[in-house]
Order: sequence, then structure tokens, then C-alpha cells
Amino acid sequence: MRIILFEFKEGMMIALRAIASNKIRAMLTMLGIFIGVTVVVTMSTAIKGIDNSFQQGISSLGSDVLYIDKWAWFSNVEWWKMRNRRNITMDEFEKFKNLAKLPVAVAPVINTVQTVKYQERRVENVFINGSNADYVKTTNFSFSEGRFYSEIESSGSRQVAVIGSEIAKKLFPNISALDKTIKIGGENFRIVGVLAEQGSFILGPWNPDNQIYVPIGTIFKNFASNRWRSITINVRAAGPAMVEETKAEAEGIMRKVRGLSYDQENDFSINQQEGLQENYNSVVGVIQIAGLFITGLSLFVGAIGIMNIMFVSVKERTKEIGLRKAIGAKRRTILAQFLLESSVICLVGGLAGLIAAVILSMLINQFIPTSIQIGSVILGIGISLITGIVSGIAPAYTAAKMDPVEALRYE
Amino acid sequence: MNIINIEHITKIYKVGLEEVHALRDVSLRIDKNEYVAIMGPSGSGKSTLMNMLGCLDTPTSGKYEFKGVSVSEMTDNELAKIRNKEIGFVFQTFNLLARSDAVHNVELPLIYAGIPTAERRERAIQALIDVGLKDRLHHKPNELSGGQRQRVAIARALVTNPSIILADEPTGNLDSKTGEEIMGLFHEIHEKGNTIILVTHEEYIAEHAARIVRLKDGLIESDERVERRYIPKIKTTVAQ
Ligand SMILES: Nc1ncnc2c1ncn2[C@@H]1O[C@H](COP(=O)(O)OP(=O)(O)O)[C@@H](O)[C@H]1O
Ligand SMILES: [Mg+2]
Repeated sequence: MRIILFEFKEGMMIALRAIASNKIRAMLTMLGIFIGVTVVVTMSTAIKGIDNSFQQGISSLGSDVLYIDKWAWFSNVEWWKMRNRRNITMDEFEKFKNLAKLPVAVAPVINTVQTVKYQERRVENVFINGSNADYVKTTNFSFSEGRFYSEIESSGSRQVAVIGSEIAKKLFPNISALDKTIKIGGENFRIVGVLAEQGSFILGPWNPDNQIYVPIGTIFKNFASNRWRSITINVRAAGPAMVEETKAEAEGIMRKVRGLSYDQENDFSINQQEGLQENYNSVVGVIQIAGLFITGLSLFVGAIGIMNIMFVSVKERTKEIGLRKAIGAKRRTILAQFLLESSVICLVGGLAGLIAAVILSMLINQFIPTSIQIGSVILGIGISLITGIVSGIAPAYTAAKMDPVEALRYE
Repeated sequence: MNIINIEHITKIYKVGLEEVHALRDVSLRIDKNEYVAIMGPSGSGKSTLMNMLGCLDTPTSGKYEFKGVSVSEMTDNELAKIRNKEIGFVFQTFNLLARSDAVHNVELPLIYAGIPTAERRERAIQALIDVGLKDRLHHKPNELSGGQRQRVAIARALVTNPSIILADEPTGNLDSKTGEEIMGLFHEIHEKGNTIILVTHEEYIAEHAARIVRLKDGLIESDERVERRYIPKIKTTVAQ
């Protein structure tokens, strides 16, 4: 045991000397490993972050909510066909609401993007979501202050607003937002509620934290151009088990409201979070495969590069190897020397890759909250060690089995 | 007691279909504290014999006993161990590690002998002082003259206290004056009780030895004790 430790230490010293005496070459050799480890660790960190955010975001949508829309979220219906569909109107919504028996809540929704101001503070490009008092029942919102706007406020198109937590943070960093009057697109709205953090970063502007909720009538009244836009009807089923039935009913009612005959296809779409999940899974799947491919490729190229350079290095040092053998180095000592050299090169490259990945992850963290997983650190180090050993073994073996006389004669 | 005992050794190299008989039938005994010069024209098998004696190579046939132990039956690891502990090599081309200083070059065999760092440093420095390189401990080979490089190589050969020193044309790459100085150093080493085998093809170098073995075409032509040439006492610790 003591001897193995001694040989390891001395082999390491020799390897370090060899690397130190040709730093530039060693650095170039490291490049492949460096890139590979950077990619694999950053990728897994980013995917982890995206995944967390997505799962959080999607749960805020509710798995039993249907979205009746002019547009399909995911479908193979041609874009121009959907473009030519009739807009869904408030009138259709009223009829739908009166006929639908199964949903626990039905809400019309229209969005507009406006600048929001409170005194000197302002937030640009805020999604203003117009709906009715039932809208809150189609979500899983919770409130940090106040309440959602009431039936009376919505049917009366009162200038009241519920704001997301991020908006509250930006406009009211130190004080309560409740009962303050803000300007939305220049119009005064009184805040009646502030949402608790929903935490679904992946949704970006669609994130409830970044939105403001107002009665739908105020949108038509203040931002007139929206009167001619299609609305969405949010329909909440009585639990996930009722989704299919509710969907069938909704389809029937919409066809009836729109007066479609049996041979006409739907001129509307009924969307679901499920489609989002499926789509997300396939996108992440593609990203993962692409990442795996890039990583695999750069590691492969890196390994070949290291093997190549190690072969050159062994060849160049033939005489040195001969000398070492002549003065008593055993085969395994020479083998260890070169294996350690390639392992150290890879390990250093891998560690540099990890550092780069940490920096990149901190950048990513600006957009998606995430952190490097201990698993990916171990993975990165493991990959670089294994690459070092795998790509070093053949050159090291060549060196170890050299005939000392031949090696000493080499010019 | 003899250190080296070889009997009827042959060495055949196969080059393609041709066989090169580097050594045909060589028998030789060398005792402790002998100073032997091996001479002969180029290609006569001197280096081949040296490699054999130094356990770097094994004979095609014949018997080789080193200190009474048969070398032909040794494994690679055992040969490495013998080379490390019993044999000190000095080469014509010095064979120093270019990027390492004198001390590291000299301590190299001690690393393979498993000597701890502090002790081998000390021994390496002492060996360098012994060959007169007290002021050159941390010079790299390219910062040293040819003679100084060969001194480093000799220190490396001596540092393990080997049973024999094998020097294959140690002055071949040096001018005659520096060559003489190196021979003076070998003389001192011999005086201290070491056994030296030296390959050379120059008579004036061989004259330092007490015994000259002449090789020709892989055979020993003559093996005789000779009158040693007078060696001026060179104080190696000051000579540069
Ligand atoms: N590795 C080898 N392969 C083939 N032939 C060799 C090899 N080493 C030496 N020889 C041949 O063996 C003979 C003796 O070589 P060597 O011992 O080096 O001679 P010297 O050192 O006396 O000049 C020469 O003819 C040489 O060409
Ligand atoms: Mg020769």
C-alpha cells in the first residue's frame, strides 16, 4: 500500500513536470474535454431549471381547464385556415355560458399589452388580462393582499385591478399596493388585490406574476381596438375526471352557438394544458438528444485528440523512456506515468469546464432560477477522468512495453 | 568473487530475413574493482555486449550470471530492479532529462528505488558534489557544458552505489581535454573501489584501464591486463 502511494505520488510528479514543460500543448489538448464538460454540466443545469419552472408554471394553469380559442395551441390545422375563422365574441360567450351545464366556471378572456405606472415607477409591456369575476375560479390563484374583483365590479366594468406579485414588487417596492391607483395605458385603475407569487418563470409575460387582471369591459371601454378581437373562453371542468365530458359538451355548444351544420368542421379550437406538457416533453427531449450528441461528439473528438497527442508525446520521449527503463523504471511505472499525464490533462480540462459551467449557470440563473446539481459536478469529473484513462491507455501501453535498448537507440 | 560471469553468449538480431550475429561466442569474467576497457571497431558488438552486461538486453543463447544469479531467467521487473540497484549507466549522449535540473536528473534512479524525497535530494546533491558540480546543482542540461553534462550523468550512475559502472563511449561526444578530465573522474571512482567497464575505440582512453578486451565481429580477439598509463591527479572538485 505504501509503495503504491509512493509510486502514485512520484508518477504524479513526473506527469506534472511533463505537463508543465509543454503547457500550450496541454491546454490545446484540454479543449475538447473542456467543451464537453461545459456543455454537459450547463445543459443539465439549464434543463433542470427549465423543468422546475415549467412544472410550476403548468400547475398554475390547472390541469382541468379548457381554453376555447380561435387558435389551436398545437395542431396540424393550417395557419391560414385558423386565420380565416370567425372571431369568438362576447355574445357567443354569453350564449355558451347559458347553455353549458358541466363547467364549474366559465370566463371570457382578452389580453392587451400596456405600460403601467405608479407615480414615477413604470413597467413596460405588461399583459393586461380582461375577464369576469369567475375567471379566478378557472385558476389556482392565491392572494397576498386583497381579493379578486367581484361580479358587480366586473359587470359594471369598474376601473379596478388585481396585480401579479412581480408587478407589485416593481411598482410598490416598499409599501402596500392595496387601494393605490395605478395608470394602465393612461387610465386610472384602483388595486383591489395582489396575487401571491405563482412562480412560473418559463411562461415569461404569460406568467401570472407579471400580469394584471381587470374586468373585461374596461378593456373594451379604454382600449377600443380590442372590441374587434377574438376572445378566449376559459372553461373549468369539475375535476380532471370530468375534462373529457366537459370538452365534448363545450364542443357541441360552440357548434350550436355558431350554427355549424354536421358536415362543417369546427371553426374554433379547444386547448388543454395536456398538449402543452406533451409539446414541452418533446421539445426537451430534442434538446437533450442534441446536447447529448454535442457532448458525445466533443468528448469523442477530445479523446481522440488526447490519444493522438499522447502518442506523439510517447514517440518524442522514446529516448527518455529508454533512459528511465535503463535506470530502473518498471513497465507499470512507465504505464502509470503516461496514464497519469493524460488523466491530469483531462481532469484539469474538466475542472476548467466545470468552472465555465458555473459561470454560465449563473448567467442562466438571471432568466431561469437554477443551480448546478452536485450530480452534474460528479458527472463532469467522472467523464473527464474516464476520458483521460481511456484515451491514455493505448499510448501509455506503447510506452510501457518499449524495449529499452531500442528506445535508447532512437534518434 | 566475480561480479560478472558470461559463458558462450550469442546475440542474433533478425533484420527482415537476414540474421545479424552481433555476438558470436563471448565468454568473460569480471571481478570486483576491475577497470576494464572494451575496444573494437565500429559494429564489432561492443554496445550489444554492454547492454547484455547491463541487463538491458538478454542473450540469444549462453549463460549470464550476475553476482552468481542467472539473469536469463529473470522477469522484466527483476531486470529493472537489478538495473536500478546494481548497475550505473553512463552513455555517450549523456541522456539527461532536458527540462530537469541536475539534482532532479541525479535523483531519478532513487525515485525508482523508492527512496523518500528528503533522503534522495541529499544523496543526489552529495553525488553532484563528488563529481565537482557543487555550483551547478540547479542548472538544466542546456546550461551546462558537455563535460559538466557527463559529470551529471556519472553522478546519476553513482548515486545508487551500484556494483558496476557501465560506460559506453563516455568521451565520444567530448573534446579530448574534457575527455581526459572525465577519465580522471573515472580513475577516482575506481580508486574508491568501484568496478568500471568502459567501451571506447580510442587507445588513449583505453590506456586508463587495467584490462583491455578487444572485440572483432562479435568475438573476443584478445583479453589482456595492461600497464596503466600515468594519471595526473586531477582534483575533480575544483576542475571545471
Ligand atoms: N537492434 C538491432 N537490430 C539489428 N541489428 C543490430 C541491432 N543492434 C545492433 N545491431 C547490429 O549488431 C552489430 C553490433 O552492433 P553494436 O553492438 O552496436 O556495435 P558497436 O557498439 O561495437 O559499434 C552491428 O552490425 C549492428 O548493426
Ligand atoms: Mg556502440
